[in-house]
Amino acid sequence: MNDYLVQASGLKKYFGPVHAVDDVSLQIKPGEIYGLVGSDGAGKTTTMRMLVGALLPTEGTISVCGFDLRHQVEQARSTMGYLSQRFSMYEDLTVLENIRFFAEIRGLSATEWLPRSMEILEFVGLDKFIDRRAGQLSGGMKQKLGLASALVTRPRLLLLDEPTTGVDPVTRQDFWQLVIKLVSARNGDGVSVIISTPYMDEASRCHRVGFMKAGKIITEGTPSNLRAQLAGRILELRGSPLHILRHVAHADPDVEDVAAFGDKLHIRVRADKAGLIMKRLPEEIKAAGGLLTELRAIPSTLEDVFIALSEDREFLPSPTL
Amino acid sequence: MSLPVIYVENLTRRFGDFVAVDHINFEVNAGEVVGYLGPNGSGKTTTIRMLLGLLEPTEGEATVLGFDAFKQTEEVRKRVGYMSQKFAIYDDLTVRENLTFYGGVYGITDKARIQATLELVGLKGHESTLTASLSTGWRQRLSLGIALVHEPKLLFLDEPTSGVDPTARRAFWDLIYELADSGVTILVTTHYMDEAEYCERVGVMRDGKLLAMDTPTNLKKSIITGDVWEVFVHPLEKGLEILSGLEGVERVGLAGDHLRVISSKVRKEAMLSLLSGGGLAVEKIERGEPTLEDVFLSLAR
Repeated sequence: MNDYLVQASGLKKYFGPVHAVDDVSLQIKPGEIYGLVGSDGAGKTTTMRMLVGALLPTEGTISVCGFDLRHQVEQARSTMGYLSQRFSMYEDLTVLENIRFFAEIRGLSATEWLPRSMEILEFVGLDKFIDRRAGQLSGGMKQKLGLASALVTRPRLLLLDEPTTGVDPVTRQDFWQLVIKLVSARNGDGVSVIISTPYMDEASRCHRVGFMKAGKIITEGTPSNLRAQLAGRILELRGSPLHILRHVAHADPDVEDVAAFGDKLHIRVRADKAGLIMKRLPEEIKAAGGLLTELRAIPSTLEDVFIALSEDREFLPSPTL
Repeated sequence: MSLPVIYVENLTRRFGDFVAVDHINFEVNAGEVVGYLGPNGSGKTTTIRMLLGLLEPTEGEATVLGFDAFKQTEEVRKRVGYMSQKFAIYDDLTVRENLTFYGGVYGITDKARIQATLELVGLKGHESTLTASLSTGWRQRLSLGIALVHEPKLLFLDEPTSGVDPTARRAFWDLIYELADSGVTILVTTHYMDEAEYCERVGVMRDGKLLAMDTPTNLKKSIITGDVWEVFVHPLEKGLEILSGLEGVERVGLAGDHLRVISSKVRKEAMLSLLSGGGLAVEKIERGEPTLEDVFLSLAR
């Protein structure tokens, strides 16, 4: 028995000439929250759909809880809960009727479903609303009902496909609290979660993150490790006028990226050049007729890392082995 | 002093019993890049539809570029650009054909203008590409080009970068700042907390109300008066429970592998001794930076 709850290797999914997923491997430990991060079309949903057994990979193998997804798909599926981007529920059924429906199609018996459903509804905080029609629920409550439905079979792996896109931050915060409780509930043997998201701030809540681009995972690591790759290379500038600061920064050969943020700039500088640039920029800005009021190194964000990596891939030749 | 480009007073829109936009007031000045931040359903798009003269307000008034947004809609629409999230681009036309088609809608037939717009949004060299084969980021640029072809003085961008990756998003914002430098005023709606950081000023919307509007820096300073701490402790849940009960803690939440604590009174040492005393393993406690999400959560309370 290995230590991983999910093991996927060499996953590929081709739709005609489109390589939606192109050689993705994943290893997820019990109790881990893994974030698949990338833009629309990067291959996140296709990966999720293969993991959940809804889509057959063109190539590659997946095992979940020791079950091979190609040959033991039913057993594998019984260990998983899946909340898709477009979760649908019966708006004219009550909360309890909805969850009963999901419980029964997942094979829970007449004696099992009620105590199980009540336990889950209490966990997500919907136990006081069991008689309310789903159509009358707020957006946040609908999302909790979706989560409850995915959890009713007590899965060991929970797949969440962009669960919080467009929702209220207050709701999002609640949702994350539930997810984190779920994984930390049973120490070492908790539920594992794979979550896809386009949000970098959401990615930073995961234990481990894989950045997806054009069907590949371009890098993987804990948020802290990923951020450490750019340590010391992000500088914040304030001053006026901002457009002069921006143009000067753009023109500096050791500045790799410039981002304007309203009343400040963030720049990414070449490795080991920060000290040099911190001496040089104030003078360059002065010479251009601008005024620099603040210049300091700041911690890098996951967004900085994603951008730096994407550029490496596009503009530098890949290393030959 | 020049007049504000957008002036909104007590603007309100009801749909039956539902108040989509609830007595909002704000101004946007020439050349500003202003964000309008809120979750789906908070009233952002309804506000923009009113400013475009597409929807009558239930109450209140608005002027756009000095024109009454509800009585002089033709004057307004000639001078503003609108890029919507779900904008129809013709997939089976090329980039240039799309732009030429939409230019025609505004009466723009000048080929040089079409080409200049293409170059402005960075689509030079892609003129003959079939739109269907563009990535999300390039489609966004084309949509922007279409909103800009009649050289508007004011640009409304409704969730312009949803679904694009950070690289494309940053390139898009670079373009937004180029436009602002050339004097175009920009109002952007977004539900991304981190995207709002790009704006010069940000209005925070929730349930139809404009809760605050200021620069990101000022919002953080004025609303998050406490210190932000990142507490790495095991087990997290127990830590959450202990710190929630600590007097002086304004907010504590789970943030993936650590807890995020906001407090103006509690010191690092106090948290450390309380957590260690409770038998928890404290890895580290670090100062964090306030985010617009913190601002939103505080305002929403």
